[in-house]
Amino acid sequence: MTAKKTKLEVKNLNFYYGSFHALKGVNLEIEAKKVTAFIGPSGCGKSTLLRTFNRMFELYPGMRSEGEILLDGNNILGRDVDVNQLRAKVGMVFQKPTPFPMSIYDNITFGVKLYEKLSKADMDDRVEWALRKAALWEEVKDKLRQSGNSLSGGQQQRLCIARAVAAKPEVLLLDEPTSALDPISTAHIEELIHELKQDYTIAIVTHNMQQAARVSDYTAYMYLGEMVEFGATDDIFTAPKKKATEDYITGKFG
Amino acid sequence: MPPSMDQARLRTEQSMQKYRNTPNHQRQRLLDAAFKNLTRAAAFLVLALLLGILLSLLVGAMPSIQAFGWSFLTSSDWDPVAEKFGALVPIFGTLATATIALLIGVPVSFGIALFLTELCPVWLKRPLGIAIELLAGIPSIIYGIWGLFVFAPFFSDHIQPWMIDNIGPLPGIGFLFQGAPLGIGVFTAGLILAIMVIPFIASVMRDVFEVVPAMLKESAYGLGSTTWEVVRHVVLPYTKTGVVGGIMLGLGRALGETMAVTFVIGNTALFSTSLFDPGNSIASALANEFAEAHGELYLASLIELGLILFFITFVVLACSKLLLLRLKRQEGRQH
Repeated sequence: MTAKKTKLEVKNLNFYYGSFHALKGVNLEIEAKKVTAFIGPSGCGKSTLLRTFNRMFELYPGMRSEGEILLDGNNILGRDVDVNQLRAKVGMVFQKPTPFPMSIYDNITFGVKLYEKLSKADMDDRVEWALRKAALWEEVKDKLRQSGNSLSGGQQQRLCIARAVAAKPEVLLLDEPTSALDPISTAHIEELIHELKQDYTIAIVTHNMQQAARVSDYTAYMYLGEMVEFGATDDIFTAPKKKATEDYITGKFG
Repeated sequence: MPPSMDQARLRTEQSMQKYRNTPNHQRQRLLDAAFKNLTRAAAFLVLALLLGILLSLLVGAMPSIQAFGWSFLTSSDWDPVAEKFGALVPIFGTLATATIALLIGVPVSFGIALFLTELCPVWLKRPLGIAIELLAGIPSIIYGIWGLFVFAPFFSDHIQPWMIDNIGPLPGIGFLFQGAPLGIGVFTAGLILAIMVIPFIASVMRDVFEVVPAMLKESAYGLGSTTWEVVRHVVLPYTKTGVVGGIMLGLGRALGETMAVTFVIGNTALFSTSLFDPGNSIASALANEFAEAHGELYLASLIELGLILFFITFVVLACSKLLLLRLKRQEGRQH
């Protein structure tokens, strides 16, 4: 077994929406090429935490963060960090499928074109590669010129994953990626997460505890902006150290 | 039949009783039908009005159409005494002023809408938004007065001489900016119209930019896009119908605006290719001359001008629909 490699390290992170203290002194290490799941009741700050990893919160006024988030040892919350470069490295997939109003092909190339100049042939290869990674190639290879909106919900979400993967990020953030999908599409996406963790570090927020148990290597239970318990998924779900965690995962609370 | 089935049927009938037609239900159905027909009548009223206006314009313009034929469109004569009429000057004035208005108004409105939705600090959003709506509410005659007494003198003293000296000699576009710095003229009318259409276009654009789902924009930002890239590749394609609609609304106002244009366009029947020379627009010619239009042919010619304006608006709308269809194709087939 190789030594653990930390990809993301959160150090004493505090986050505020205006005067509301949304994250309280969070500390966390996310291991490279593993899946880390964030669970907890609504409003516990798990999505907020995820959105600090690519500084998405900066789009909105009145939000600020204190503390450090180290990506490969570099603080991404620092003033001198280029947010666009950061987001190219840290891809994100959202609660609902968000295909851009353009063709399937153009959806995939959108992020690639921002940072790479590829020939037509290389771009075609990249599109096929990304769609294969997202297990969507066989379904769409004959209709790459069709609008992304013409796909089913589950296909759209895999398109969004392919789009994120195509830009070759190092970290993938999944914010409740299956909450708008049917069980079969959800199963597809979960298989996909298993595949993708060979190449990427994945952080997933989910409301579905079974999903967290199925897909993740590590699980973090959050409540009211605090990191209550963090550990290997097997331990969290079979032998939680804290009563609050046990109450939540057994359904007594939440 | 076993008794239990009878009982079951009885129960079903009893429970279905409440769905039977009671007088109350019949009344509701009648009301529903009345409402449906009322809305249909309202919709057909629009068609009837459109046809009615078109027909009365055609009938009214008939003497002029018969007298001048197609040459009405290409002749710049406008001689009420000799009863010789041609629409070239007002057509050129209408198209030129509307084009200038859009060339200036659309980019500025786009900037305003973009700033308000994507970049503006929260405390500035409301004051700016209200200012734009107030600008839209100013009566056009105020714009006309301001254009004639404030803007035109300033323009002719400080800006026009410079433009005549520096743009006038350029090959290609220079001929548009020659002549004397009069202050009033086609270009000034276009500028005033630009100011008048900006609030319309900007507020429509702002409204449609605001309905772009935050998550869609975040997805684009999440791939590392800059604000411009998000707007160019996601916001604009997503809102294209609304944006084109807003521009058409502004264009409609620019084509039909009468009062403000009359004040500053110069109202002359002489044709000139220079935008700095006085000209005339269709709406302004109609407003100025209808009261003194004696003689059948004079009146018919004015009505034919109105018909042409109607036709220009129709063509412009048709073009915008075609544009939207083409944009839609670029976006990828839907099925």
